[in-house]
Amino acid sequence: MAQTTTAAKTIKLVVTRQDSPETKPYEETFEIPYRPNMNVISALMEIQRTPKNAEGKETSPVCWESNCLEEVCGACSMNINGKPRQACTALVDKLEQPIRLEPMRTFPVVRDLVINRERMFTALKRVKAWIPIDGTYDLGPGPRMAETKRQWAYELSKCMTCGVCLESCPNVNDRNSFIGPAALSQVRLFNAHPTGEMNKDERLETLMDDGGIEGCGNSQNCVRACPKGIPLTTSIAALNKDTSKHMFKKWLGM
Amino acid sequence: MKGNSYYSRRLHSLLGVIPLSLFIVEHMLTNFAAVEGGPQGFKDAVAFLNGLPLVFFLELFGIWLPLLFHGVYGLYIAYQSNINTGQFQYGRNWAFALQRISGVITFIFVVWHVYQTRFQVAVGNVTHEQLGSSMHDIANNPFFFAFYVVGVVAATFHFANGMWAFLVSWGITVGPRAQRVSSYIWMGVFVIVTAMFLASLAAFRGDEFKEASAAIDAVRSLVNIG
Repeated sequence: MAQTTTAAKTIKLVVTRQDSPETKPYEETFEIPYRPNMNVISALMEIQRTPKNAEGKETSPVCWESNCLEEVCGACSMNINGKPRQACTALVDKLEQPIRLEPMRTFPVVRDLVINRERMFTALKRVKAWIPIDGTYDLGPGPRMAETKRQWAYELSKCMTCGVCLESCPNVNDRNSFIGPAALSQVRLFNAHPTGEMNKDERLETLMDDGGIEGCGNSQNCVRACPKGIPLTTSIAALNKDTSKHMFKKWLGM
Repeated sequence: MKGNSYYSRRLHSLLGVIPLSLFIVEHMLTNFAAVEGGPQGFKDAVAFLNGLPLVFFLELFGIWLPLLFHGVYGLYIAYQSNINTGQFQYGRNWAFALQRISGVITFIFVVWHVYQTRFQVAVGNVTHEQLGSSMHDIANNPFFFAFYVVGVVAATFHFANGMWAFLVSWGITVGPRAQRVSSYIWMGVFVIVTAMFLASLAAFRGDEFKEASAAIDAVRSLVNIG
């Protein structure tokens, strides 16, 4: 009886691993069975299920972070085949093999693909990315926002603090104090809000200090890398205009 | 660097345009007199510049001090940047990297160029009238000719791309279309300015600039060292 056998299709992954924040990174290759419609997360889950590397040797399962699995939380950001992006929307069928996974080294590596993005949240605090509305009495409703403005401001609100823009920025590094594009764009968002606008100058001043907006060198990688298509460079240029105006007004005592 | 880097960075950006970009355009026009008017045209252009009132202060505040700040702070900015064009091969990222590389090349070139020309005038080895023939010697030395071509292209790229970045950094070109149109315009300026500088450099090679005199032997010996 004729038998049709085909070799089982596999996926090859090369993962840059690191056992602890201090230890040296090393590469490990994995070969896992192929299933249709896999993404990088499900491939990593497969490794977790049977933690054996390509040589068949048992190893510790690869660590990574993920939450929403629909590209809105930003937790699973990593370098996939050399480009920073979310692992959940990186479909295996659309990736060249071997699939190379590396942590985003702009941030401190905790373990394997897990990074610490704390600096992004510190940056949001620094630029006062919120709208103060608390008072001792009811302040009543704020001013209305024009629909045309709401439409572009909504785009800025899509930022999920994933860190891909910082990873792609040549000016975010150990020698530079630049806070990165994400927090800058949030200043534009909160300054566009009719109530947030009341604290506009405070936010602009947080950018006119070391590591603020002067850190941008216009490489414009951020806008290309952003998975949410946020017009980061437009935000930065608009804030350049706002800080310039603010600087001259302050000097002239206006 | 102590103090607020926002203002240092803004000063760096402003000085790049006023006066340094104005100076590079002026320098281009003076050099181009060598193409249009030959040795006499170049001499007249140099004489006109040196006939300007308070020329020492014009040079001090219009060239030397701004150049020193822009150059030294620029090296610091270059030091603070990574080059990741291998990972992100976008045009603007290349321009970002080239802006820093061309800045460093221009810094080295300008130091040498000032030593070879303006400094020799200052110490009395060369007079203003002999600058044309001293440039003739420089341009006919193959090593210095190549060095000047590289230096000039680096400087003009740094100027044109720097103007593009200035318009972004001060919030004049905000949207992507404005920035794209601006990049076309400044790349056009880059081509024109480079062509004019290189045409002048080529003109200096002509025999009409040759002028035997004892004073330029000093420069000639300098050239021969290289």
